[in-house]
Amino acid sequence: MDSINPILLIASLMVASTPILLAALGEMVVEKAGVLNLGVEGMMITGAVVGFAIGVNSGSSALGFVSAALAGAALSMVFAIITQVLLANQVATGLGLTLFGLGLSSLIGKPYVGVKAPGFAKLDIPFLSDIPVLGPILFRHDPMVYLSLILVAVVWYLLARTRVGLILRAVGENHAAAHALGYKVVRVRFAAIATGGAMAGLGGAYVSLVRVPQWVEGMTAGAGWIALAIVVFASWRPWRILLGAYLFGGITVLQLNLQAAGSSIPVEYLSMSPYLVTILVLVIISVRGNHGAPGSLGRVFHASQ
Amino acid sequence: MSLFRLEKRPAPSSLLSGLTPILAVLATMVAGGVMFAILGFQPLEAIRTIFWDPLFDPQFGPYSRPQLLVKAGPLILIAIGLALGFKAGIWNIGAEGQYIMGAVVGGGVGLAFYPSESPLIFPLMVFAGAFGGWVWASIPAVLKTTFGTNEILVSLMLVYVAENILASMASGILRNPDGQGFPGSRNLARDYPAASNPELIADTGMHWGVVAAFIAVILAYVLMTRHKMGFAIRLAGEAPRAARFAGVSPTRLILFCLGTAGALAGLAGLFEVTGPAGQITIDFNSGYGFTAIIVAFLGRLHPVGILFAGLLMALTYIGGELAQLMLGMPAAAIQLFQGMLLFFLLAMDVFANYRLRIGQPEVTS
Repeated sequence: MDSINPILLIASLMVASTPILLAALGEMVVEKAGVLNLGVEGMMITGAVVGFAIGVNSGSSALGFVSAALAGAALSMVFAIITQVLLANQVATGLGLTLFGLGLSSLIGKPYVGVKAPGFAKLDIPFLSDIPVLGPILFRHDPMVYLSLILVAVVWYLLARTRVGLILRAVGENHAAAHALGYKVVRVRFAAIATGGAMAGLGGAYVSLVRVPQWVEGMTAGAGWIALAIVVFASWRPWRILLGAYLFGGITVLQLNLQAAGSSIPVEYLSMSPYLVTILVLVIISVRGNHGAPGSLGRVFHASQ
Repeated sequence: MSLFRLEKRPAPSSLLSGLTPILAVLATMVAGGVMFAILGFQPLEAIRTIFWDPLFDPQFGPYSRPQLLVKAGPLILIAIGLALGFKAGIWNIGAEGQYIMGAVVGGGVGLAFYPSESPLIFPLMVFAGAFGGWVWASIPAVLKTTFGTNEILVSLMLVYVAENILASMASGILRNPDGQGFPGSRNLARDYPAASNPELIADTGMHWGVVAAFIAVILAYVLMTRHKMGFAIRLAGEAPRAARFAGVSPTRLILFCLGTAGALAGLAGLFEVTGPAGQITIDFNSGYGFTAIIVAFLGRLHPVGILFAGLLMALTYIGGELAQLMLGMPAAAIQLFQGMLLFFLLAMDVFANYRLRIGQPEVTS
């Protein structure tokens, strides 16, 4: 166990948490608008493959991230049309989106198996990165880590302090009342779903371009589902999303480090630990009661009713 | 006001609700044809290879036709169980994990008695397989009834846990001692007659799992139309408030729906490892637990519908394999095709539940 370096561990925790943080934050926006999109995993894996493919072909990871966000948003529009215009069940459609995304990604990804990622430069922040202990932990990451943290603040500000956020929350809490007040429920939800899709796409691309970094079929391995669980864990609050994502990132990194350090616990049991912890956390949260779920979450909105 | 608007029907149209699966299949063929064309295949040739050749081609038909039942058996068995829950608004999406656990527990019990020749071995394994799936599905059920924990996320998380247990078992205690250290159990179908699930009628693909699937269809039909539990399930899904007033216990319903689905998925897993797959390997599970979700919806959550949907989905699997072999089509293309089918089905459901009106709403009424 001596080979585990706590500074490196915490630094890699931030890297491991970033994909889940991005996806969970996006899904929270979607759910705040009253929509339950279970397709996060499908949008993430699509973002992962599109980001990787564009990144490799253009040689620019930044361009990869932009394309991944666009791809995630585009895929989420399929969900939006089926659930918001054609009024289908959100649970079933979200599941369909995940199955579709997994198929689509392995189709696109075929030629990229075993290809090297273009690399993504770290941002060594001058002076700050030289601080002992804190420097390597906090100030030597790539721009996406910082962007994800900025996005937490942005989402918090938009939801809590602006008119746009107020309308979004109104649509999510009570879509009939929001409609009666003249807000365009379906339009607001389309925007929220696209935002969630883009952020899931970014999260996926972070896995394939930075975290791993290569394309492996099914590589998000349930991260999208964990993101969904974190939204519940966080009681639909942005800062708690950050806490939840870093908690799960920490467990993932710790178990990977234990595996590498040759722990006596078999690999399989270490690998299943993040999922078991997710279940445990969900149970603890539900004992306390699911506070904060938007009132219209998952319900079909039809103006005639 | 827009040109088109949707008007809710007082009750879903039963004619359209029966027609939508057929329309969805046709729409998927068209969209799939476009996708195949984009991938550089002749669309008509691809569709023919997937939907026609496995059944009627003189060269491939005799090999492919039995595969239809082999693949449809587990899909139907799992989908029947899932549909019970889906109808009641209980979302078990972890059938893949229950399928794996059925195979591991059932297969493990059989391997514990190797090389017994007792005729009781196979029935015991079947029981153990159903038990394994039941236990795995009861975890989200009990967590939901006791603490109100979301069953969607718990059942799905348990798939990943089950996959790791499978990996641990296949390369650990269930590993074939005579297998030169390769992961994977003894071959139950070939080397352990008392534990094998053979083809019952030559060249039909019919094995005990297929028999179980047919029995499940009949029992589910009786349950849904003649039994009080079936009534409770339908009521809970369509009018949850009314169900509470009618005295339907949510706890019993959740335990029953999830437990039954788990037991059926466990059975499917057991029949698979003792028959078509033959042994417990790290990746013997081929995603039936997830595809069965599509089968359940395609079959309109109705037992007889699921029977046909399972056969159709099995055809896309076999056709997909044939297209891989003959046209070099990637395996993922068929997965995408199955996903599209679910989308079209859900999208077309709107016409069963709503009327499409053109022009302004009438002021009267």
